Amino acid sequence: MKVAIASGKGGTGKTTLSTNLARFMAESEPVVLVDLDVEEPNSGLFVAGELFHDEPKYKMIPVWESETCSLCGNCQEVCNFNAILKMGDRIMIFPELCHGCYACSELCPTASLPMQQKPMGELKHLRSGALDFVESRLMISEEQAVPLIHQTLRYVDESFSPEVVKILDSPPGTSCPVIEATRGADLVILVTEPTPFGLHDLKLAVDTVRRLGKEFVVVLNRYGIGDDQVEQYCAAEGIHLAARIPNQRRIAETYAAGKLLYREIPEVAEATDAIASLIHAHAAGGS
Amino acid sequence: MKEIVVLSGKGGTGKTSLTASFAVLGGAELVVADCDVDAADMHLLLEPDFADREDFHSGELAVIDPSKCSDCGQCAAVCRYDAVEVIGGRHVIDELGCEGCGYCARVCPDDAIENIEQHVGQWYRSAIRTGSTMIHARLKIGADNSGKLVAKVKRMAREAAAAQGKDWVLVDGSPGVGCPVVSSLSGASLVVLVTEPTVSGLHDLRRVYKLVKMFGIAAGCIINKADLNAKVSRELREFLENEEIPILTEIPYDERFTSAITQGRTIVEWDPDLARLLGDCWKKITELAGDHQI
Repeated sequence: MKVAIASGKGGTGKTTLSTNLARFMAESEPVVLVDLDVEEPNSGLFVAGELFHDEPKYKMIPVWESETCSLCGNCQEVCNFNAILKMGDRIMIFPELCHGCYACSELCPTASLPMQQKPMGELKHLRSGALDFVESRLMISEEQAVPLIHQTLRYVDESFSPEVVKILDSPPGTSCPVIEATRGADLVILVTEPTPFGLHDLKLAVDTVRRLGKEFVVVLNRYGIGDDQVEQYCAAEGIHLAARIPNQRRIAETYAAGKLLYREIPEVAEATDAIASLIHAHAAGGS
Repeated sequence: MKEIVVLSGKGGTGKTSLTASFAVLGGAELVVADCDVDAADMHLLLEPDFADREDFHSGELAVIDPSKCSDCGQCAAVCRYDAVEVIGGRHVIDELGCEGCGYCARVCPDDAIENIEQHVGQWYRSAIRTGSTMIHARLKIGADNSGKLVAKVKRMAREAAAAQGKDWVLVDGSPGVGCPVVSSLSGASLVVLVTEPTVSGLHDLRRVYKLVKMFGIAAGCIINKADLNAKVSRELREFLENEEIPILTEIPYDERFTSAITQGRTIVEWDPDLARLLGDCWKKITELAGDHQI
């Protein structure tokens, strides 16, 4: 059971909900929390644990072997990303443009472009009681988040049984990294706030999950500030508003300090409980 | 020409609200570029007229012609993105998974796969209510935010500024540290970092600043919600001091920001105290950027 926590707009409370929900649910069952916001992973600031496993993550790029190369130029021809250039009697490779599709390597008639590992980030797996926490972080200067998200999900699939609840803290936006993070989810929870920015980006996120054919619900954070446009939109669209988390300065302060909220703020405990029940109901109905 | 890029690493720190405020303060003197093309919000405050629009194409997408396909599965065997699905025994491309590398088309024995140009979004040249021009864009859902659309928005903003004889371009950057941010940064005179004293805010600031430093671009920092947490605030100041990043202003946690947005207004049009604070801040930004002409 994979539950992706996503939002169009950044800073609406994805990480807050993911970490509180995971910790809360782990009080009574095994839970895996996965931070897929590999550009700016924050879940690890709120959950501790003992290091269980870590590994460097690599993307695959071609390397040129000049001795066997016949300089036919086929590699340059097949690369759709302009990542390979034949310059006179040399083949130049631009790793930052390479998408790791293997076409140049496998279609090279003299096998002169073997694929080689290039570090792009690091995966960490921590354990604390019934909570497993998996996080990947992209190296600064590495530009492509998608391959790292892909590999992180593969690690999760290989390490845990399908029934275990997995909370996926997803990247913001509606472009390729979010798609990669939510593609395999059984349920998507969209977190938003009651402001024109929150509503605008929620609509984009809803379009995205609808296009992916995913079941989804909305959680309204900072409830009480702004206006009621998000609620009106959800009602008009028949979208289930699963919980409201109130706007309180104390919540912002508790979050600022890196503390979990549900143990200190009853309204958050209530909302977290409601979302956990919804996940259980979904798991029971879906299996 | 001077280009100011506003960045935050973490979302929700107030980056767009502040950029829009500076757009109001700079008025007709500057051209505005919204490079947060994935979740663009600045148009909600600056009321662009979407006068000129153009489609933006980038990259390719594989399409299988079912009448030619013999379902041999070669395409699926070479695809590194798991983008070939078998539905009811037939091979189809998952549009959202396809990276457009074209490998499948090259190995298809039936010549059944064609690569079509991807329509990834639209960009706009608009008049905005500050009496200036804004270049902005909308990336299509699930599109590859490779930074190419961001680069286009920036290029068009510079062209607009040159054509109108304006010296300033103000850029609302994208979150994170990946391709769109790298595109937002390139060629900037000054980066304005917007952060908050929360553990996540500080963590993300450190990461995004590492990138800014690699580009060798001067930076200043705005601390928003400055009174949320004294301990993290101290750590944040220490970091800024060690990196020699000047603090441009500190703004207290203030729900009037949200009230202003709800009315479709920037905070400088809403609250006289914050207007003064940000007016001084904008002056500092222009002075700093003036030292770093591009």
